[in-house]
Order: sequence, then structure tokens, then C-alpha cells
Amino acid sequence: MTETTSVEDESVPPLEVPEMDLYHPHSFITRWIFSQDAKVIAIQYSLVAITIGMVALVLSWLMRLQLGFPDSFDFIDAADYYQFITMHGMIMVVYLLTALFLGGFGNYLIPLMVGARDMVFPYINMLSFWIYFLAVIVLVTSFFSPGGPTGAGWTLYPPQAITSGTPGQESGIILMLASLMLFIVGFTMGGLNYVVTILQARARGMTLMRMPLTLWGIFIATVLALFAFPALFVASLMMMFDKVLETSFFMPAMVEFGEKMSYGGGSPILFQHLFWFFGHPEVYIVALPAFGIVSDLIAVHARKNIFGYRMMVWAIVGIGALAFMVWAHHMYVSGMNPYFGFFFATTTLIIAIPTALKVYNWVLTLWRGSIHLTLPMLFSLGFILTFVNGGITGLFLGNVIIDVPLSDTMFVVAHFHMVMGVAPIMVIFGAIYHWYPLITGRMLHNGMGQFHFWVTFIGAYAIYFPMHYLGFIGVPRRYFELGETSFIPDSAHDLNAFITIAALVVGFAQLVFLFNLFWSRRNGTVAEPNPWKATTLEWQTEHMPPTHGNFGKDLPVVYRWAYDFSVPGAESDFVPQNMATKDIKLAEGMTASDLKAEKT
Amino acid sequence: MIFFSQIATKPWTDEQIAVDDQFSGHTFPLPKAMLALRFLLAVVTVFFVLLTIAYSSRMSFQDWKSLPEPSLLWFNTALLLISSLVYRWTRSATLKQHDSQVKIGLFLVGVLAFGFLIGQLIVWQQLADLGHFASANPANGFFYLITGIHGLHLLGGLIAWGRTTIRVLRGKIPQDKLCLSVEMCALYWSFLLVVWLAMFLLLLVT
Repeated sequence: MTETTSVEDESVPPLEVPEMDLYHPHSFITRWIFSQDAKVIAIQYSLVAITIGMVALVLSWLMRLQLGFPDSFDFIDAADYYQFITMHGMIMVVYLLTALFLGGFGNYLIPLMVGARDMVFPYINMLSFWIYFLAVIVLVTSFFSPGGPTGAGWTLYPPQAITSGTPGQESGIILMLASLMLFIVGFTMGGLNYVVTILQARARGMTLMRMPLTLWGIFIATVLALFAFPALFVASLMMMFDKVLETSFFMPAMVEFGEKMSYGGGSPILFQHLFWFFGHPEVYIVALPAFGIVSDLIAVHARKNIFGYRMMVWAIVGIGALAFMVWAHHMYVSGMNPYFGFFFATTTLIIAIPTALKVYNWVLTLWRGSIHLTLPMLFSLGFILTFVNGGITGLFLGNVIIDVPLSDTMFVVAHFHMVMGVAPIMVIFGAIYHWYPLITGRMLHNGMGQFHFWVTFIGAYAIYFPMHYLGFIGVPRRYFELGETSFIPDSAHDLNAFITIAALVVGFAQLVFLFNLFWSRRNGTVAEPNPWKATTLEWQTEHMPPTHGNFGKDLPVVYRWAYDFSVPGAESDFVPQNMATKDIKLAEGMTASDLKAEKT
Repeated sequence: MIFFSQIATKPWTDEQIAVDDQFSGHTFPLPKAMLALRFLLAVVTVFFVLLTIAYSSRMSFQDWKSLPEPSLLWFNTALLLISSLVYRWTRSATLKQHDSQVKIGLFLVGVLAFGFLIGQLIVWQQLADLGHFASANPANGFFYLITGIHGLHLLGGLIAWGRTTIRVLRGKIPQDKLCLSVEMCALYWSFLLVVWLAMFLLLLVT
């Protein structure tokens, strides 16, 4: 339970950061709707993200139905198909993954893990969510607008994104750009909160290097997002000008239906540079929180301190810096100076070093750990395997000479789904199974969870492993149907049908997971306080789930890093961050000096 | 540097534990709002740098035709410069607790800021009257884009200015909060002045 340390304790430094003025809600509306409590905002973010994510999931089923069984579904035509892939991609990357990791987990965990009562700017935090919600509404509106949502592909490349023939060119593209700009404004508000709360509102004793890696991942990802999203904003704004005011920032001279269009001289490549200057850091905006969270899940569920904590922090910071230097590896086939290609291939390979270092450290943390095969651990192991698979195919695609023949094939689709789709989502699931008891006070149903894990894990491989093969034999991505293509054998069609069935089964497992989320809220086993025996502050609150203001009368004081598991000499196999050394119960026959000597 | 020296420490060693136990507070010796503002300025800088890169990149194409620079732009620049100086003067007045000077300063800043914005709108009108619409040439498009975005940022600053001014007029703002509030507004204003000077220079030399 809570260690409310006496402020008179000589070892406790004086309070420098004053207690924050909390806003106390007085009605249902201010408590649950226009709430300024980061925990409520986190749940709002998560619910909206999961809801819109479900839309994207259904879109993927429709796409797979078309690919697996072409000519069988009259209600899917080519235009629909392009709209499905576009909306699926954009929703999953931006509106689900980014929003859930940073808006959801960030909001819930940052104040609790740093030992603060709330975010430093609660009102702006609330605005951040509502602007995100508005962005989602605008996005959804495009489904009902004339011409439907944009079908330009999630990269929205001009000129085709705004010229006739592309689905949604009437209003869908405008709504998409407006929605993205709103998202970025909302995110910037939230992002400033996350960064400043981590830097300036930590509890006494919580130095940067005592922070759990979850916070490091969220922190650096937020910094990345703050500096990467402006590129998408600039690109969206300029494309909006091109579409609405007929400027020619990105639009070259074009002829449409035999008539010369008013555009001329614009550079589509300029858009690609701006887009990928955002787009590649976006991969790490999603990956870094996953790296951080999975590190903590592994340490807690293997009862062992994380291997190479400092290296893990440096790797996160290093990946964050390098993330801005690799963007043009998405553009090898767009044409560039060969020296640029060489440069970006080299930086892409260099970024594999800190990433591989993290993988080694996760494995070495597991080595001789007391591995508990709980659901969070299963998903963490699933993440490591999937991330390694997806990462290795990234090394193929990072090299220009291999990328060129594989570009725009299903190999690329398989690669990015493994590395930034399935892998981070594995962490999200693991994190939800881990923190659900903290948020609701109940455990998720284990049987349903096991079903969810095994079907998702095996199913994901059933979907994406064969997809690499399809790419190797030249099956292109973004094709509505393959038709009678001479170089594609019949086996490719059979494989497509198999992948579709696997995707539908995996989709069903997600429905079971959703059911579990709602069912366990009322019917799950009541969780004991700190059920996983974790060291971090979010589990040391006076109440579980934590109430408004997070901690009791006194804020916690931190005495140690987040990974004091299996400390030799201690009775318990974990020592919470807010437990002073003098309060640690010693194992039989041990003295305080044994504890100290072993630790040193 | 504070950041990098901190991440070099080994938090599990006894020596470092003794040091870390004495940590009490924040990473940087700044108020939270000021740190947030500095981050925001960094983000906005990235935004304008990207616009500048896009501008330079697009300029190299053959269809680029430079815009005429209406002389009113010089007058507007002077207004923004003076308003920034007045903000600095207001900031000193808050530190010296000269209430009447603070009110005068804030009033003048408001007048000058609205003057700048109205001036920019007049420039737009003048260019449109000459047929320089956004779609006529990429240089025109960039001009409207850059001035528009800068103006929107200025409007954002005016919201902060309005909030501070109302609280000063009501007399309900504690001295320390007033100082911080005016200091942040003045910093933001100086930043927007520097951005405008950079953008204006870009428009002039191209």
C-alpha cells in the first residue's frame, strides 16, 4: 500500500515543486465529460481511439474479402477498395496507435508514474482530447460526404489525391486534411503537457534516471511527435491550398479529359519529402512507447531488473534523434540523387543498432529471470518475436538495391504490418492486460485472454508470413484485383484466400477481447492492490483505482529506481520505488549491511 | 547539457542513490508554463523552417515570378517592432510594479497588434486588386500562406494578451503571476517579430 513518508524524515529533501491547484469537478458533466482529470481524459482518448480503430478493422475485413475472393462481393468496387485502404491506414497509424499510446497510456500513466497529482495544464489537456474528438468526427463525416472519403492511399500523394478519378476527390480529401490539422493542434496541446509534466512535475527523489522506461518511451515519442507533426501540418495546409485555392505547390502541369488544368510547375516530390519527414518519425512515435512499456512488462513479469537500463535510455534517445535522418528511404523509387540514396540507406542501417540493442536487452532480461507466463508476458514475448521479424525485413527494404524490386509489392505491406502494426498492438494488448486492474479494480478474464493471445499471435503470422511470399513473386500492393496476370500463379490466389480467412479469424479474436473488456468491468475477479507486485508508483496509490488527485494527503517520495526486483537480502522479491531502505523487510538471517553489500 | 549529464548517471549505485535521494523538483530551473512556451516556440520554429525549405525548393522551378512588395509591409514591420519593444517596456514595468504603466503598455501593444493585422489585410487587398491571387503564381501562394500563418500565430498571442489585460484591469492577478504572464507574452511577441523579420527578408530577397 501507499508509503506516505513523513515529511520530517531527515533524508527527505524539502518540497521545491509546490502542490498543484487541482480543479475539483462538481457535476457529472465536469467529472466524466468535460473532465480535467488526466485519468478520465486517458479513458476518453482510449475509447474514441478503440472505436475508430474498430472501423478500421472492419475496413480491413472488407479489403481482405475483396482480395481473397474477387468478383464475389458486388458491394465492393474499385473506388470503395481504395477508400478502404486509405481510411484503414490513416486511422490505424494516426487516430488509433498515436492517440492510444500518447493520449491514452500517456495521460493515464505519466502523472501516476512520476508521482504527480495530474498533468501540469489540466484545462489544456481537456481541450486536447476534445480537439482530437472533433478531428475524428470530421474524419468520420467524410464517409457520408459526396463522393465518400478519400481513396488516395494513406500517403495522400499529390497530384492524384486531388485530381478527378481518385475517389473522394470532391470533399473527402478536404475533410481528411482538415481532420489531420485538427489532430495535430490537439496533439500539440497534449504533447506539451506530457513533456512538461515529465520534466518539471516529478515527485521528490524521482530523477530522470529513476523513471521507468515506459515514461522514457512516451517522453521521447512525444518530443518526436511535437517536431514531426509540423511537417504533416505544412504538407496538409499546402495541399489544402492546392485543392481549394488552386495554387500549385505540389501540382504539376496536367491535362484532364483533354483540357489543360490550371495547375503548373508544382512538385509532388516536395510533398513526399514533407510527408515522410513526418511519416518516418511516426513509426517511432508508435514504436518508442511500445519499447518502453514492453521493457516494464518484461521486468515485472520476469521478476528481474531490466538489463542495461542506461543503454535502454540512450537507445530510446538515439533512436529518437536518428528517426529524423532516414525519411527518404520511403522514396527510393521516387527518384533521387544516388548519393542521397546511399546516405539514407546508411542511416537506416545505423538506426538498427540501438534497436537491436534493445532487443538483446529484453532477451537478456528474460535470461534466468523468473518468467511468469501471464497475459502481459505472453504478449511481450509475442512482441519481441514479431518485432524482430518485422525489423529484419526492414533491413532488406532499407537497402536501395533490394528495395527497388520489392517496392510496391505485398512484401512491403507484410513488413510494415509486422513491425509497426502487429508488434506495437501486441504491446498495447499486454499493457491493457497489465494495467486493467489498476484502471478498473478488476482482472480481465484469463481464459478469454489466452484465447485472444494465441489466436492473435498465430493468426498474425498466418496472415503476414505468406504475404512476404506474395511480395517476392511480385504481387503488387494497392491492386483492387489481380485478374489474369500471367506472372502470378494460381497458388497466389489460394494464398490470398487463406490470408483472408486468417484475417477474419484474428478479427473475431479482437471481438472476444472487446467483450472481455466490458464483461470483466463488472464480472471480473476483484483485483488485489498491486496484483503484479510492481515497483512503480502507479501501483502504490492509496486507493485502487486511484482517485482524483492520485495520491493521498502527501505526494510520494522516491528512494530508488523502478527495477528493484529480487533484491538479495530482501524478504519480498520487489521493493517499491517509494519504500525507504530502512523500511525494507529483510529475509531471514540477513542484516541491513547484507542488503547494501549485495546491491553494491 | 543538464539533460545529458543526468542520463549518464547510474541510478542503482549507492553513491548515486545518495545523490538522487536529494533530488527535489524539476529538471530545468524554469516555471512550468515558461518551459511549455519554449517547447511551443521550438515547434513553431520547425514549422516555419519547413515552410522556408518548401519555399526555397519551389522557387527553383521556372514558373516562379516574384511578387511586388507593397511599401505598407515596411510600415507593418515597424508596427510589430514597436509593439515588441513596448511589450519589453511593459515587462520592466511589471517588475517595478508600476501598475499604470503596465496598463498603458498593454493597451499600446493591443493597438499596435491590431494595427499590424489590419495592415496585413490591406496588403492582401492591394495585391488582390493588382491581380496577384494565390493561384496566379507559386510565389503568391507562399506569400498568402506565410503571412496568413504568421497572422494566425499573432492572433493566438492576442488571446494570451487579452487574458492578461482583463486580469490586470480587474486587479485580481497576483504580482508573481502577472510578471510571468507578461514575460511570456513578451517572449512570444519577440519570437513572432523574429519570425516575421526572417519571412519578410525571405520575401524581399526572392
